[in-house]
Amino acid sequence: MTELSETRPAAALSFTGSSAAGVGDFVEILKPRVMSLVVFTGFVGLAIAPGHLHPVLAAVAVLCIAVGAGAAGAINMWYERDIDAIMRRTAARPLPAGRMMPGEALGFGVVLAVGSVLMMALVVNIVAAGLLASTICFYVFVYTIWLKRRTPQNIVIGGAAGAFPPLIGWAAVTGDIGWGAIALFAIVFFWTPPHFWALSLYRAEDYAKAGIPMLPVVAGAKETKRQMLFYTIVLVPVSAAPWLMGITGAFYGVWALVLSALFTGSAVRVWRDESERSARQMFGYSLLYLLLIFSLLLVDRAGAVWLRGGGQ
Amino acid sequence: MSAVDHVKRERMIRARNRALVAVLVALVALFYIVTIVRIRG
Repeated sequence: MTELSETRPAAALSFTGSSAAGVGDFVEILKPRVMSLVVFTGFVGLAIAPGHLHPVLAAVAVLCIAVGAGAAGAINMWYERDIDAIMRRTAARPLPAGRMMPGEALGFGVVLAVGSVLMMALVVNIVAAGLLASTICFYVFVYTIWLKRRTPQNIVIGGAAGAFPPLIGWAAVTGDIGWGAIALFAIVFFWTPPHFWALSLYRAEDYAKAGIPMLPVVAGAKETKRQMLFYTIVLVPVSAAPWLMGITGAFYGVWALVLSALFTGSAVRVWRDESERSARQMFGYSLLYLLLIFSLLLVDRAGAVWLRGGGQ
Repeated sequence: MSAVDHVKRERMIRARNRALVAVLVALVALFYIVTIVRIRG
């Protein structure tokens, strides 16, 4: 493993005086955009799991996933406030911009994390609560604190945290972890590296400045593009797994293969292209890809339920 | 701290308090609803 930055930069911010954080700042440190993707994948896990959960309890489960993800994001922003201040993309966040005190962000994140796990345990079930707690801990301790500043494989291993929500949604309904849930986990897990590396290809300068050993910074653009292509190829059979396992029908399977082939095609374009343009396009397509794959899972399930109901 | 900053800060704190009250009321309502759902089985 290549090690670039073992120590935290001394630029850790400290604030004196009173906080100027508004409600919007507290919302911002929950990383609402990341949260929306997490909520969506968690909801799909819940929707396609075999069994039934009362709609109110299902809504609470999704709320707990959202709040738990937000809490992990807030703790992440608290820990990364020093490098956020260096990077152009993150310098305007509430902590590096000086609008919020570090203790406020940490306290807010911890309270939400504990609250979301407790609520999941009380209202839904203990397996889903355990998975939610593991996800938050994995994101904070394994990804943010341990891996991110130490290894260019940070995204690969840390990406597991983002792959947990469909597993939590599934467990909320069934009370255990089935093979279908593992298939959904695998889709997000193998999608994460090409998604983040596409972004880091055109943000490499920012990451280098902050001392984060992202793959393009440590191994160069060529090696990054090679690995991105590898993951998109692996994603082709992985995305079709729910169909091959009989969890969904051919409608999902065929479209998943088409979308994955297009994703691989975009990785080939990035591999051949020397400019940033194709990496930017691939980043955009990666977001659309995950949205469409999980939407297809929902549509396929809705179609199956409709057919079982005699088309009424 | 200037008078303008002071007023702005007071307004910010009031907005934060209102948001907190709204969240707490929503939580109480949610627990009521969840309890009813659980009791009904």
